Amino acid sequence: MLEIKCPYCGKRSQNEFSYGGDASVKRPQLGKETSDKEWNDFVYFRNNPRGKHSELWHHVAGCRQWFKVLRNTATHEIFKTSKISEEL
Amino acid sequence: MPQNLRLDKVGYINRDKKISFKFNGKKYFGYEGDTLASALLANGIHLIGRSFKYHRPRGFTGAGVDEPNAHVQLYSGAKTEPNVIATTVELVEGLVATSQNCWPSVSFDFGAINNLLNKFFPAGFYYKTFMWPKNFWYKIYEPIIRKAAGLGVAPLKPDPDRYEHKFEYCDVLIVGSGPSGLAGALAAAKNGARVILAEDKPRFGGSLLTDEVTIGNKKGKDWVDETISQLKSMPNVIVKNRSQVFGYYDHNMMVMSERTKDHVENSTEFTPRQKLWYIRAKEVIVSTGSIERPLVFGNNDRPGIMLASAAKEYMKVYGVLVGKKPIIFTNNDSAYDTAIEFKKNGIDPLVVDIRTNSESSVVQEAKNLNINIKFSHGIVNSKGYLRVNSATVGKLNDDRSGYESLENISCDCICVSGNWTPTVHLSSQSGNKLKFDEKINAFIPSKSRQNESTIGSANGSFTLKKSLEDGFSKGYELSNKITAKNIKGTTPTSNERNYAQHDKFWCMPLPKNKYYKRCVDFQNDVYVSDIELAVREGFRSIEHVKRYTTLGMATDQGKTSNLNGLQLVSNIENKIVPEVGHTTFRPPYTPVTIGAIVGREVGKHYRPTRKSPMHEWHEQNNAVFVDAGLWVRPRYYKQENETLLEAAKREATNVRKNVGVCDVTSLGKIDIKGPDCAEFLNRIYTNAWMKLPVGKARYGVMLREDGIVFDDGTTTRISENHFHMTTTTAQAVNVLAHLEYYLQVVWPELSVNVLSTTEQWAGAALAGPNSRNLLNKLFPEIDVSNEAIPFMGYKEANLFGVPARIFRISFSGELAYEINVESGYGIFMWEKIIELGKEMNIEPYGTEALSTLRIEMGHVAGSEIDGRVISSDLSLEGMLSKKKDFIGKRSLNREAFINPNREKIVGVVPLDKKSMIPEGSHLVSDNKASLPNPKLGHISASCWSVEYNNPFSLAILKDGKNKIGEKLYAVSPLKNKSIEVEIVSSHYVDPKGERVRS
Ligand SMILES: [Zn+2]
Repeated sequence: MLEIKCPYCGKRSQNEFSYGGDASVKRPQLGKETSDKEWNDFVYFRNNPRGKHSELWHHVAGCRQWFKVLRNTATHEIFKTSKISEEL
Repeated sequence: MPQNLRLDKVGYINRDKKISFKFNGKKYFGYEGDTLASALLANGIHLIGRSFKYHRPRGFTGAGVDEPNAHVQLYSGAKTEPNVIATTVELVEGLVATSQNCWPSVSFDFGAINNLLNKFFPAGFYYKTFMWPKNFWYKIYEPIIRKAAGLGVAPLKPDPDRYEHKFEYCDVLIVGSGPSGLAGALAAAKNGARVILAEDKPRFGGSLLTDEVTIGNKKGKDWVDETISQLKSMPNVIVKNRSQVFGYYDHNMMVMSERTKDHVENSTEFTPRQKLWYIRAKEVIVSTGSIERPLVFGNNDRPGIMLASAAKEYMKVYGVLVGKKPIIFTNNDSAYDTAIEFKKNGIDPLVVDIRTNSESSVVQEAKNLNINIKFSHGIVNSKGYLRVNSATVGKLNDDRSGYESLENISCDCICVSGNWTPTVHLSSQSGNKLKFDEKINAFIPSKSRQNESTIGSANGSFTLKKSLEDGFSKGYELSNKITAKNIKGTTPTSNERNYAQHDKFWCMPLPKNKYYKRCVDFQNDVYVSDIELAVREGFRSIEHVKRYTTLGMATDQGKTSNLNGLQLVSNIENKIVPEVGHTTFRPPYTPVTIGAIVGREVGKHYRPTRKSPMHEWHEQNNAVFVDAGLWVRPRYYKQENETLLEAAKREATNVRKNVGVCDVTSLGKIDIKGPDCAEFLNRIYTNAWMKLPVGKARYGVMLREDGIVFDDGTTTRISENHFHMTTTTAQAVNVLAHLEYYLQVVWPELSVNVLSTTEQWAGAALAGPNSRNLLNKLFPEIDVSNEAIPFMGYKEANLFGVPARIFRISFSGELAYEINVESGYGIFMWEKIIELGKEMNIEPYGTEALSTLRIEMGHVAGSEIDGRVISSDLSLEGMLSKKKDFIGKRSLNREAFINPNREKIVGVVPLDKKSMIPEGSHLVSDNKASLPNPKLGHISASCWSVEYNNPFSLAILKDGKNKIGEKLYAVSPLKNKSIEVEIVSSHYVDPKGERVRS
């Protein structure tokens, strides 16, 4: 079980959180023309790197804030966590 | 019966307290402080079970968790526990143990015929033989194999014991209380760190319990006792015995099981049997010691043949002689400790040593004691059926390929030592890549991936001096990273025997024309010949050899066999061991009782139960409940001998005719506040929200980004910047997370707050033609007319002093209202409704009637919104705004979603107007077509329409709207039903929706 540092609450065990996928994904702006490829990339395609991955986590059993985590997918090492508004 | 194998003064058992127990139906006794194994050995019993595959007689091999053979079944009935390692069971009064895997008895075992047929059971035998014919596997082969090759018998009744979970945090966790662990704990504790010291055995000290050493001029055991009491007196230290750290998980999460009950004589039923500790440690010191390896020779698995260190432990800890005519067979010096111990207790051992000589002090000590040593010799084979009675000892020729001479020597036990394997399981689990140490011929940890440090003999340091030094320095170094107190003690002086280099030779060759079975993995019955066969058949990767032969795959995880297996493969392939590599170590290190993993999360504690504030009323009024996620909801209110269907019909009919009340507290409710609420809803829902007036509700559908319908519900504008959203019971949690995601991650610029208020409001739905009259009685002070509270209207009012919210919304399709009050007033509201509704023939209705009402109205719910449908499939395309963008909209022009032949929602009526169509039935055009019969759609929900008094179902049907009027078949192979049906509109009752607006 990972130990994740919520930027609001501090270090907590993984079972308080839920995983929210790739943090680098940007939703195309509402109301803006979007090509099929752009939209497909957004909805379906994700990188699956071995190594560093910036991702979203949600502190569901805590402060209910979404935040960013930089994690090594192979070793689970967590390098940094940050608020959504901050650079990771 | 006198125990003439029990020594008078040696050991740490309490000779003042006799303990009686039963083994295989016979009564024996031992002493307080014994294990089941030591007590049986004191009674001269070596034969304890039968081997897994060939049912060969087996005895004790070890004295701790490494034991591969001595598995027993404890007690009987609900309390019974299979596959317990006898060497780890503490003796308590009344203990009952039986042998496993033998019938009718351990000394006469019918299954031993497998041993005579063993030519037919080589490695991979099951894979090769039982594959064909295919369907024989489940019916014939598997049950027979299971019966023949089993371990113990699992209990059939629920476990009567309690198990607890505990969470703990510490700076330094030390696993193992041998010399290095104790030193590490002491150093870290003195330097101010929060320390947990865990020892798997009842007694602390590890090798110090049995080794002839001194530390700081004290006997090893005395130093242990003093150190433990010192640690126990420190407030920053937790000291735990009977506690096995069995798993090393991510981010230094360690899991430990503590045995808290079985050894206690007068425990209560509330004493937990075991505690599972989840320990988050900043630093972990693995000081788990090492396990002696067996030497491999002909019939080396006979009862009476055990590890030399185990024989020593039985003598020194339990005062038990494992035999009176021992042969010590070794390739190293450590076994001489055992020989000397026998000699000191008046027994003459014979040492058979593979090496040509050894010059160490311990060998010199043995020589001085006139112990008979045969250098350059090895044991070739053992004899005796249920217990070893002699050994064939051979003088090895110069290249050790065979023997110069053979002789038969009688004995009653053989104590073997093939040198020591560091216990690296936890280190490896932590992600530490192991490296091969040529000097000790075994793997040791190298670089840690986590905050893990392995020291002592687990790290391949077999001298006391080095273990103590490493312990004190690591304990200081790691604790100082955390406490920075710089309190550094000094390592005490120590004194120990000195040991020479071992000989790598470990597997005795077969004499000419002899084909003795030489066992490598005792628990899984894997022999030298099996591994040779696997390599001959082309299995190269050690992981494949492992799976093909099952080497190391038993519950002991190959603690005594893995390395010998690796050495054998590397010998055959002419490689060195590190080239062959090792298999993966996985938790748990030792078997863990399922009950301990589950803890208190059993029965009702398995998950939370959510009840509405009106729950007790429902109970008192004969509600039959149904689980809806975590919620428990009334399914129907049973009257006399009603069936579910009869009750649902009665309740639904009363709604259509009079008025009914339904507890809708479980619906998800989300409070939404802020100046950008309307804009936010406009983006989340598919329809328009900007112009919803205050005091009005609107039905909304939300999609996922991929265009699939996510959830639906009504949302009401309470005031300009305040909305009240409802969700389905099932999706309430997910919808909240969805809203939070968009607000926090995607549109942080929107000024909106969301908060779950599901449990803050109690909800009651009034439905039926009399509901307005009832509302009038409940709220006499306000105007309840159609004009004052129109369909989708909202009003706040006063329910006899209690603030209430009135929503005119309808799930049943009838004239209906939903009343919400603060949860604490829920029962007050409910009882008022029942009381005042009496004259209008009010009846409560449950989820079954609720389903009936919504199905015949064609309202969709979770069974239609199943994660596979888009709005138009549910005839909700009218809800898709063309004027604005919303979540998921861009996906809707995907090719598959604009296909006109997509499945659509329809109604289905059986032609006979009698047969209920099972939910999940498939719709096909020909019910007799050969399989696979093309599926046109499926039945999502079924009810008995109270409006038309015949069954009615909703279905999702390919090109459904164009099939209305057609006849199809609804087939359910599961229920063995095939029903001819007609496709009709999904809006079976009141298709124009006049009633809700009346
Ligand atoms: Zn938090």
